Amino acid sequence: MDLTAPFYQAGVLGPRSGLVVAMLIGAAFGFFLERAGLGNGRKLASQFYLNDLTVFKVMFSAILTALLGLFWLGQAGVLDVSLILLSPTYLVPQVIGGLLFGAGFVIGGYCPGTSCVAAATGKLDALVVFAGMMAGILLYGEIYPAIRPFAESTSMGRISFPALLSVRPGIVVGIVTLLALGGFALAGRIEKSRGNRLVQPE
Amino acid sequence: MTTAAITEVDQATTRIAVQQRRAPAPYMNPYLAGVGLGLVLLTAFITMGHGLGASGGVVSIVGAGVQTVAPGHAANSEFFRPYLGTTPGGTLGTWLVLELAGIFIGGFVSALLAGRLKRGITGRQIGASPRLLTAVAGGAVMGFATRLARGCTSGQGLTGGALLNVGSWAFMLALFAGAYLVAGLVRRQWT
Repeated sequence: MDLTAPFYQAGVLGPRSGLVVAMLIGAAFGFFLERAGLGNGRKLASQFYLNDLTVFKVMFSAILTALLGLFWLGQAGVLDVSLILLSPTYLVPQVIGGLLFGAGFVIGGYCPGTSCVAAATGKLDALVVFAGMMAGILLYGEIYPAIRPFAESTSMGRISFPALLSVRPGIVVGIVTLLALGGFALAGRIEKSRGNRLVQPE
Repeated sequence: MTTAAITEVDQATTRIAVQQRRAPAPYMNPYLAGVGLGLVLLTAFITMGHGLGASGGVVSIVGAGVQTVAPGHAANSEFFRPYLGTTPGGTLGTWLVLELAGIFIGGFVSALLAGRLKRGITGRQIGASPRLLTAVAGGAVMGFATRLARGCTSGQGLTGGALLNVGSWAFMLALFAGAYLVAGLVRRQWT
């Protein structure tokens, strides 16, 4: 069977229609984030007090869905997974970035995407998080020459776990699936042990 | 427009207005919403050959702002130059900005249909001004961090997570660690 996807790389979609797709995909993304309650800062933050693990559940069921979809479409020969853009790994800067990001997330109450959703639903604090985020990016851009040597350290190139471990992708997919399912079961137990204090719409 | 069509629009508007007065609808089952999000991400992979992003679009917006205010400075900026106008990196940049606009629209529509549009400040039990201070501080730290990490919960977390990207999983683990470490400091704001 001929590989027909990704459509953009196959020439089925041009740059202009790609931009229409951008709006549609963004809208669907924002829709499901709001549906799940991830436009609510209290619900997002509750993940980090172990009262409401919706962030974990939504994130990992989304990852699992896309992961399994990619895997099976690749196996069926309709999607050339090797053409999908993999961003390069810079291990230490990304770990430090992750630690800072997590701290900023719980202090501010939103991550970038969810700050847009919450701002769109009328939350002033989310709009302020978005403004702060712009300031943080501006600061980074201004001091970039000084920070660049660190930012580009521990470069590992474009690398996925199957390539890093030299195992077949199916093995890693299987392990991640089992870990996610175990995580879901554990998340349910933690919420129950905390008296199901799930954050409801206000 | 025919009379029938006008009546139909009228009825739809009334339905939305009635819905807004009712109590807000409960949130969707998180696993169902997660599968929905995963299918959106998969659609991005299949159509565009790349995943989702949120902070990437913000970089283009900030870059455009710098270019407007100080064009010479922007053109000389090692960091912003690739994000400006006609450079090759511009295509993905434009895509991410439009996607970001879509996130706003989709979030708004979902909340409108569920009766969850409500103006306010979340976490204001510590006082409105202190809360807006934590919002701007947290946002700034997070914005800075997205550039070190080359992405956020969307571009690294969801997208890189599904691609089994090594750096993305390292970022995600560190994100949760960082948040749990700092959560105690802002407990009063959220619980």
